Amino acid sequence: MSKFLKSAFVALSMLAVATPAMAGKFDLGREATAAEVAAWDIDIRPDGQGLPEGKGTVAQGEEIYAEKCASCHGDFGEGIDRWPVLAGGQDSLKSERPVKTIGSYWPYLSTVFDYVNRAMPFGEAQSLEPDEVYAITAYLLNLNDVVDSDFELSKQNFVKTRLPNEANFIADARPDTPVVAKGTEPCMKDCKPDAVKITGTARVLDVTPDEAKKQTGSLD
Amino acid sequence: MSDETGKSKTKTSRRRFLGAGLALGGAAIAGRAHASEGEAAILEKKDWNQYLGDGVDARPYGHPSEFEKSVVRRNVAWLTADPVSSVNFTPLHDLDGIITPNGLCFERHHAGIAEVDPAEHRLMINGLVDKQIVFTMADIMRFPRENRVYFLECAANSGMEWRGAQLNGCQFTHGMIHNVMYTGVPLKLLLEEAGVKTNAKWIMPEGADASAMTRSVPLAKAMEDCLVAFKMNGEALRPEQGYPLRLVVPGWEGNMWVKWLRRLEVGDEPWHHREETSKYTDLLENGKARRFTWEMDAKSVITNPSPQAPLLHKKGQTVITGIAWSGRGTIDRVDVSVDGGRNWMPARIDGPSLDKSMHRFYLDFDWDGSPLLLQSRAVDSTGYVQPTKNQLRAERGTNSIYHNNGIQTWHVKANGEVENVEVS
Ligand code: HEC
Repeated sequence: MSKFLKSAFVALSMLAVATPAMAGKFDLGREATAAEVAAWDIDIRPDGQGLPEGKGTVAQGEEIYAEKCASCHGDFGEGIDRWPVLAGGQDSLKSERPVKTIGSYWPYLSTVFDYVNRAMPFGEAQSLEPDEVYAITAYLLNLNDVVDSDFELSKQNFVKTRLPNEANFIADARPDTPVVAKGTEPCMKDCKPDAVKITGTARVLDVTPDEAKKQTGSLD
Repeated sequence: MSDETGKSKTKTSRRRFLGAGLALGGAAIAGRAHASEGEAAILEKKDWNQYLGDGVDARPYGHPSEFEKSVVRRNVAWLTADPVSSVNFTPLHDLDGIITPNGLCFERHHAGIAEVDPAEHRLMINGLVDKQIVFTMADIMRFPRENRVYFLECAANSGMEWRGAQLNGCQFTHGMIHNVMYTGVPLKLLLEEAGVKTNAKWIMPEGADASAMTRSVPLAKAMEDCLVAFKMNGEALRPEQGYPLRLVVPGWEGNMWVKWLRRLEVGDEPWHHREETSKYTDLLENGKARRFTWEMDAKSVITNPSPQAPLLHKKGQTVITGIAWSGRGTIDRVDVSVDGGRNWMPARIDGPSLDKSMHRFYLDFDWDGSPLLLQSRAVDSTGYVQPTKNQLRAERGTNSIYHNNGIQTWHVKANGEVENVEVS
């Protein structure tokens, strides 16, 4: 629809306030009810858009976490077996084995609230009440040394509560390796000065040994 | 001939054969051709030369020959904590051409395969639109459709190889990719049906599975070429690929192609959700992390020979083949090296060369039986040259997990075995 037509439509619909939202070009689908949108529209943004009313303390969060989360993520967010680690790893991002957690890596607190609320506990998603999610989020902040143990997180102080690694996210800089002018042949002859040598071989030959578990990083 | 008679005939002939086999066992052995006379494959009659096969009622949904049993997706159990939030890999070394069969398309899901009843599936568009709208599957089937072939590659494909050669097989090093023809509705048409407000800049697709997958997609991309697809390779999406509805985001990382698509929110800011912060961000050596690294750079790999597909025939004429693709367009050329990237020969691209789709290349090669260091290098229609792994490491370090499109080396040994190696 052209901008002109669109503004003409807006003007028309403002004249006739009582008429339902106008139909699209194909007149397919129906208008969603407010209750339907509310049932599915659970996403939270860094600016706080989408946050429900509610609050919860670190202490309340610790209790819920122990009951519903610790069996996989560990009492202190250290992660049991290969379940995700949720706390620690500060100052590890430049090391050979970075530990990426809410405290060491995640840029925004809203992501914690949103993700726990939509996808956890694993296998029983979307079963938590808003106050429970606030409390668990407060506890995860405390496990990551972002807040003290007497902290209460609420809709009101949420956006003010920031994670330490926020400033370290940058824009995509690719392509960051050479590009040739269209139609140009890349190097075809003597592209390396010396005969090529093997510098390493596959560590995991049959793809499933236990030893590999210790040697390799995780998928993502 | 009715189905019934057809079936009983087949059965009778089989029974007769079994009996005869017992009685004539000795004779058959005695009658076995001598090697000097020729090959048993020609001189001896086979069951299928003589006896009737299954009727048309036996396989209402066909499946591959039992001799292709080993052509399956495989997973690597220790990569993730639980198979329900995990990945398996496309057997690239067993495939040819450019189309991936539906049952072999790699799977990555975060809360298992959602089994969605299409009658109860809805797609909602909400947020910055004139009319918040709900479509049934039947509504979606009434929009104008398009057919497009696109590759889908997980950004973590080859992610295990950043620190050095790890997994021995192109299924595992490169198998988080598939290439299928989608039938779907341009996302633009659905968004226009709701009426996008002028301050909108982003959309957020969301899945109906228990991970409720979400990503932020720029509105410009949504309007340019995204599809809301319901068919793959002509038939309904497979449940593991998002039945009944998935988002297609051509050329961009697979995680954004939200499966079991149930909602599209339109907004003015990105959401910075878990899969674009904690995951799918590329940590560099200096501790900074790139975000919104959506495009898949040009990449190629030789699928045959490769560790799971050794060169068993020894020296002589051989077909070296592989695949190449780019999230920024088509593939202009693929070169193959047999000496670890010192000298290159242009490969022959055969089959359709489509935008943001897999390309198939061949090098018809006379192997002298000496060891090879096989590599392939793709150049895409923007002039981007597939880099070496060491070029990537020099720019990004070894901790970025995602977007490893470096040149792969296979060491073909004199005995024809193939190993995943790194070279100088
Ligand atoms: C049955 C095991 C299990 C339980 C119980 C569980 N989780 Fe998880 N959690 C997982 C798995 C598996 C993932 C990764 C899912 C994926 O990536 O697909 C995960 C991911 C997470 C993440 C994101 C980690 C990251 O680095 O991206 C957070 C945060 C989280 N869980 C919090 C919780 C909270 C809070 C609870 C309790 C309310 C909880 N989990 C209960 C298994 C569990």
